[in-house]
Amino acid sequence: MANEVDFRTRLQDWLPKLVLAPSFAVTLLFVYGFILFTIVLSFTGSKMLPKFTWVGFENYHKLFALPAWHTAIVNIAIFATLYIVICTLIGLMLAIFLDQKIRGEGVLRPIYLYPMALSFIVTGTAWKWFLDPGIGLERIMHQWGWESFSFTWIKDGEMALYTIVIAAVWQTSGFVMAMFLAGLRGIDNEILKAAQIDGASNWQLYRRIVIPLLRPAFLSAFVILSHLAIKSYDLVIALTGGGPGRATEMPATFMYSYTFTRNQMGIGASSAVIMLMTIAAIMVPYLYAELKEKK
Amino acid sequence: MAAVTQDTAVSTGRFTRALIYLTLLLFALFYLLPLYVMGVNSLKPLSEITGGNMMALPSQWTLDPWRSAWSTAQIGVEPTGLKPYFLNSILMVVPAVAISTIVGALNGYVLTKWRFRGDTWVFGLMLFSCFIPFQIVLIPMAVVLGKLGLAGTVTGLILVHVVYGIGFTTLYFRNYYASFPTELVRAAMIDGAGFFRIFWRILLPVSGPIAVVSVIWQFTNIWNDFLFGVSFGGTSQPMTVALNNLVQSSTGVKEYNVHFAGAILAALPTLFVYIGRYFVRGLMAGSVKG
Amino acid sequence: MGFLDIRNVTKSYGPVEVLHRIDIAVEEGEFLVLVGPSGCGKSTLLNMIAGLEGISGGEIAIKGRVVNGVHPSKRNIAMVFQSYALYPNMTVGQNMTFGLEMHGVPKPDRDRALADVAKLLQIETLLDRKPGQLSGGQRQRVAMGRALVRNPDVFLFDEPLSNLDAKLRVDMRTEIKKLHQKLKTTIVYVTHDQIEALTLSTRIAVMNKGHVQQLGTPKEIYDTPANLFVATFMGSPAMNIVPATVEMQNGQPHAAIADADGSIRHLRFSQANLAEWAGKSIHLGIRPEAITDPEGADRKSGNIQPFTNRVTVTEPAGSDTFVTMTLSGKDAIARMRADAAVVPGQHFDFAINMEKAVAFDPATEERITP
Repeated sequence: MANEVDFRTRLQDWLPKLVLAPSFAVTLLFVYGFILFTIVLSFTGSKMLPKFTWVGFENYHKLFALPAWHTAIVNIAIFATLYIVICTLIGLMLAIFLDQKIRGEGVLRPIYLYPMALSFIVTGTAWKWFLDPGIGLERIMHQWGWESFSFTWIKDGEMALYTIVIAAVWQTSGFVMAMFLAGLRGIDNEILKAAQIDGASNWQLYRRIVIPLLRPAFLSAFVILSHLAIKSYDLVIALTGGGPGRATEMPATFMYSYTFTRNQMGIGASSAVIMLMTIAAIMVPYLYAELKEKK
Repeated sequence: MAAVTQDTAVSTGRFTRALIYLTLLLFALFYLLPLYVMGVNSLKPLSEITGGNMMALPSQWTLDPWRSAWSTAQIGVEPTGLKPYFLNSILMVVPAVAISTIVGALNGYVLTKWRFRGDTWVFGLMLFSCFIPFQIVLIPMAVVLGKLGLAGTVTGLILVHVVYGIGFTTLYFRNYYASFPTELVRAAMIDGAGFFRIFWRILLPVSGPIAVVSVIWQFTNIWNDFLFGVSFGGTSQPMTVALNNLVQSSTGVKEYNVHFAGAILAALPTLFVYIGRYFVRGLMAGSVKG
Repeated sequence: MGFLDIRNVTKSYGPVEVLHRIDIAVEEGEFLVLVGPSGCGKSTLLNMIAGLEGISGGEIAIKGRVVNGVHPSKRNIAMVFQSYALYPNMTVGQNMTFGLEMHGVPKPDRDRALADVAKLLQIETLLDRKPGQLSGGQRQRVAMGRALVRNPDVFLFDEPLSNLDAKLRVDMRTEIKKLHQKLKTTIVYVTHDQIEALTLSTRIAVMNKGHVQQLGTPKEIYDTPANLFVATFMGSPAMNIVPATVEMQNGQPHAAIADADGSIRHLRFSQANLAEWAGKSIHLGIRPEAITDPEGADRKSGNIQPFTNRVTVTEPAGSDTFVTMTLSGKDAIARMRADAAVVPGQHFDFAINMEKAVAFDPATEERITP
């Protein structure tokens, strides 16, 4: 503007930016500055405390040579796949069923959703003892007369990972249901009427019309679930503590123990960088597309 | 919440409908099962768990496990019960939720109603911060908290939760305010209201629903947080860390009934907020007609 | 110098200029309508007058004071928005006096002003309601009331009627006109509806692609449109534009056009200077109401030309019947009396009022002025 601008207008121009500035500065420092710091650390020989002796990619070489990290990678791959697939299937099924003018929907919905409100530590505690062969499910079955019933997954190095899947699915599948239900309720009823007039059977209707229309909900569910899976730390700690042995080690528990209890900060930092890169590979394109759309 | 009530229902046969109801009920039981197990077993003496059936109702009802979990159980090395940690969590959650929600509301207001060049980038950077694995900031955060003298304090935890919470609160308020007509802000400008007055008099009075969402989200997340608590809690550990210590302690007899009582104690505030939300939503549905 | 002066005003977003050197002087008490298709820049111009958008070049002055860079609330203007922009959390009364409150007007004075305006608009009974409890028409009144209470120098209206249904829109249009006649306020009014523009305004600025195409009274705009855009944008049904050649007969310029059967017919122009265009192509513009049956023709006109043509379609619309025919290969519409005996597919003897005909230069699309 070429002409003189009165003080009030100028102040009003600056105020919004002033209000936003602290949040932005904090984000830059505590998120992006810290990420940079951790990336730098991952190239140093830090042990118990950060120190800045450059070692190049040595930490990454060591990391990928460690059997524990290898276990963690395999575990997270199995866990994330099962967790995402099962949550999505259960969530979608419950949403479609709940959408059939169900009596008592108002009661069922909060029952499906409440686990999401709990801490993973609480969930872990509940399932830890319920699945414990000594006092939990196995014993219950024995007392009810099914003497041959055996369920020792949580004590079994091969199977313990799947108990984490059970508890994690229990916690979040209701939430996925809510996402799909919102998607279903957003579909224009007239499209369904048109398809029915066109002669589509119920199965065809869902497979050909409804489920394709739920694409955005599938995408959101995938992004949120994969993000939760990679970050999962509390549930593993509470349910199995990474055990038995190191059987349920995950990247998140690996990072914590190498950084803070085994004094291998450089390796811990490099594992955190790998985790970040994995999540960024999923989140950045998604967020970019979302922001683009809303512009 | 939009009052979308239309069903994507199709006409189904009797048999299919019965099957649907059966499935829905079975899943309801699956979701309720752990709550039932925790509840029932927190009300029996230990001998009924180790010697009896977890699914059975108590034959001798007792509140002793609750008393023990609250005030006498061994947490780490001290027999303090969960009470002091519960208080730590309250002292941490209330300010952290309040600050992050207020900041998020202001940010959302700026990002929608006072847009400037590059605002989408600013928002994008803040938004991405919600989704980072927090492992990536653990080490530098520990260093910074140490330098600030905030390591192991409730204040330190408040700072951490505010910093990593404003991304989400900003997202919520931004999306909410985006659908709020900008013409109203313009009308208020012509009427002579300034930046803060417009926020205070025009936007805030209609922000109730999203403030509720933001508060619930932040409350649940911060209360349930374990990673930051265990990393930076020190002597001011929150409830989740204490519960984990109680359950994982390898000394002495495993008092399952006390563990369950402790778990419910840790879950109560968020469950309460969650049920409260349904209640509030019901109230609002009745009052905001037209 | 006018009461509201828009001098050489431009607006650019980065390197893109969206408004090009707008010059309008509005007199006190005038009702100026900015009309044009969406994206023509009319709302941007209004927002610049309000101070809601910055001015890239030129200046805007209200009552002789240049207001570039002055905060909207300090310009002594009031605005009525398309969505009415009523604050949903406040009652009607609070909505209307919010501006006065912000300007530090004491409560007794606010109440007095509110009572006066409420009486004027007959909304006294609504003052304690919330906007959500009002009908569309009532909201519209409240939005106007909010503007009136301020007693501003200039009222700005941004498509205020476009959210109302057709019948209510006509009623409110009359209401606004009555209000203007009574209060003699200065109004700048934006609309895309050309009928609103013609009925309400004392002057119209027709805008397209960031330019003012023509500024003039409704009659000037309607009878002597400056170019093809104005000619076709203003008036409903739109002016018929027919390719024609100017030919001299008996020393007079005539328009040679083809009828539906392809034979060339000659219509004598009233405009003598078209002789200069002899042998050249022009676009002939004829309003639908200038093509009638002979009995329905304008008796005051000194140049009614007979024209027989085949009727393609008839559309009875109650008070009028619209008749479509082909002229030089294009569809043309005639506005006939409701009882005119026209039958689709048959020939009919039309009468064309050539006094009302205008000619356009096909190259520049400007009207060829007498």
